[in-house]
Amino acid sequence: MCKAPDTSRFVQITAAISFLVASMAASAQAQTRYNVGRAATPAEIRARDISIAPDGTGLPPGRGSVAEGRVVYRNKCASCHGDRGQGIADFPALVGGQGTLTSRTPLQTVGSFWPYATTVWDYIHRAMPYQRPGTLSNGEVYAVTAYILNMNHIIPANAELSEKTLAGVRMPNRDGFVADPRPDVSRSPAGSAHRPTDASRKSRN
Amino acid sequence: MRKDISRRTFLASTAASLGALSSLPHEMSRHGPSGTPSSSPLGAPRRPYGDRSPYEKSARYFKPSSTPGTGASRTPLQDLHGIITPSALHFERHHAGVPQIDPRHHELMIHGLVERPLIFTMKDILRLPPVSHIHFLECAGNTASDQLGQPGSDPQMSHGLLSCSEWTGVSLKTLLDQVGPRPKASWLIAEGSDASRLSRSLPLAKALDDVIVAYGQNGEALRPEQGYPLRLIVPGWEGNVNIKWLGRIDLVDQPYMTRDEAAFYTDLVPNGKARMFTFVMEAKSVITRPAGGQHLDGPGFYEIEGMAWSGRGSITRVEVSTDEGKTWRDAELSSLVLPKAVARFRLPWRWDGSELSLQSRCTDDTGYVQPTRDELVSVRGLNGTDHYNGIKAWYVHRDGKVSHV
Repeated sequence: MCKAPDTSRFVQITAAISFLVASMAASAQAQTRYNVGRAATPAEIRARDISIAPDGTGLPPGRGSVAEGRVVYRNKCASCHGDRGQGIADFPALVGGQGTLTSRTPLQTVGSFWPYATTVWDYIHRAMPYQRPGTLSNGEVYAVTAYILNMNHIIPANAELSEKTLAGVRMPNRDGFVADPRPDVSRSPAGSAHRPTDASRKSRN
Repeated sequence: MRKDISRRTFLASTAASLGALSSLPHEMSRHGPSGTPSSSPLGAPRRPYGDRSPYEKSARYFKPSSTPGTGASRTPLQDLHGIITPSALHFERHHAGVPQIDPRHHELMIHGLVERPLIFTMKDILRLPPVSHIHFLECAGNTASDQLGQPGSDPQMSHGLLSCSEWTGVSLKTLLDQVGPRPKASWLIAEGSDASRLSRSLPLAKALDDVIVAYGQNGEALRPEQGYPLRLIVPGWEGNVNIKWLGRIDLVDQPYMTRDEAAFYTDLVPNGKARMFTFVMEAKSVITRPAGGQHLDGPGFYEIEGMAWSGRGSITRVEVSTDEGKTWRDAELSSLVLPKAVARFRLPWRWDGSELSLQSRCTDDTGYVQPTRDELVSVRGLNGTDHYNGIKAWYVHRDGKVSHV
C-alpha cells in the first residue's frame, strides 16, 4: 500500500493539456511591475496554504486509523451520508459502485471513481463536515479518510494513514481517466456529420 | 451654452401650436387613443438605488432542497433582451452557500512557484490597470436533462445555467507579472473563500492568456452570489473553474486533482473511462422566442429569436430550421458579436398554422458546427452529463402552443 504513486496516466493527460494551450502562452507581453501589494511572509503562507498534491505534497503531519475513523464518521458524517456511507437524499454515497462505470446506472463514489486518496483527504479537510467545514483536526481527517477507504475495501481494517502513507494508496479507478478529445463530434459547414481525425483536432486548438 | 427647456414647457408649447394649426377638438388633445387621460398623477420620488417596475416578474428558478446553500438557480433566458444578463438574474451555482465578505478584510494571496509571494487587498487590486470584457458563463451541466432525453420545458429549464455579463477587473497576467512565476510553474490552484474553499487547477498558459480577476459585473460591484468582492473569469471554460470569492492562487507544477476536477466535472463515456479537464464549453444555441412555454396567437408573422455562444471563439453563423432539420436558413446575427460571449440571432418567419419544429444550429470561427443530440450521444453515451451542446428543438402545435415535446 505504500508504493510510489503511479503518475503515468496523469502525466499523459497533463502533457496533452499543456500542448493544447501552449499556443496561448506564446504571445506573452511585456511585464510591468507596479509595486502594489505586500510581501506574503512564510508564516502567512503556512497559515493559509492548504493545497494538497496527488503525490502528497502539502500534507500536514498526522495519523489516524480505520478504527478511530469509525468513531469520527459515526459522530460527524453518518447523519448525512448514512451509517454505511450509502448516501441520503441530497448527500452523496461514499461507498460502492465498483464495477458499475460501464453500466447504464453508474455509481460514482470514492471507491468506484475517485483516482487519488489525496483528493479524499483534501476535500474532507477543506469542505467537511458540510455544516461546519474546517472543524476536524488533521488526525481526524486521516482517520475518517482511512475509514471511508476501508468501507470501500481499499485498505484493511487494521490500517492507519499518515502524511507518509496516504499518497501511496492505490485507488481502484486510478487509470480510469483520459484527456479531453473534443471536438469529438462535429459536422462540416457543408452538411454531413463526421468525426474529425486526430490531425484536424490538433489544428483546431 | 446649453438651452435648458423643460420637457413640460416643450410639450405644452407643442400641444398649443398643434391645437392652433389643426384645430383639434379639445377632447382629442387631452385624451390618448384609448380614451385614457394623457395627463398622469405626480410620479414616485427619486431613490438611491433603482429597482425594476413592479409589473416585471421575471425571476431565477430553483428547486428547494435540503441543502439550500448547494445547488443551482436558472436564468430566465426567454425574458432577456440583448446579450447582457441582468446581474440579479445571473444563474447561480454554489457548493457551500454564499459568504458575506467585507471587502475591507478581503485579501488575495498569490504564492507557490513564484519569485515574490504577494498579498493584495481590494484597494491594491483597484489600483492596477482595469480591463472589461463581455463573456458568457455556463455551468458544465447546462442542458444535461436534454442529453438524458428529458428536454427542458422552456429556455430557462433547458439552457438557464447560462448568463452573459460585462466583467471588469485586473487581467490575471498583470497580477502574475507582480509575483513572477518561476520556470517550473505550469499550473495554478485557484481557491475560493467560501465555506468549502472550492478550488480548481488551471493551466498557467490559460491564466496568462485571457483570465480576469474580476470585481465588477455590468458596471457595478459583483453580486455576493457571483463572488463578491473578487472572482475569476475564465473565458469560454466551464463555470466551475471561474472561482468565486477568490482568496488564494498557488502556482504549482501539476494539477492538484481537487474534488471538482478528479471526481466531479469529469465526463464518463461508454467504455467506463472518464474525460478529465474538459474545460471548454463548445458552440451551442437555443431559440428563446417562440419557445417552450409560449403561445402563438394564430398564423402570421413572428420573429424567431435566440442566443448562440462558443467557448472557443466567436459565433460566425446561426441557421434555423422550421421543418425537422430538413432545410436550414441563415439567421441574422444582431447586436454585438464578441468572442466567448452570447450572440443574438433573429429570423423573420411566417407561421402557416401547421405543426412543425423550430431548431437552431450555430457555427463558430474555428469552423465547429453545433451537433445534434444523436451525434453527441453516439460518441459520448448517456453516463456523462456535462458539456452537452446538442441542437435544441421546440415544437409548435396547431393551437399555437409551443412545447418541448
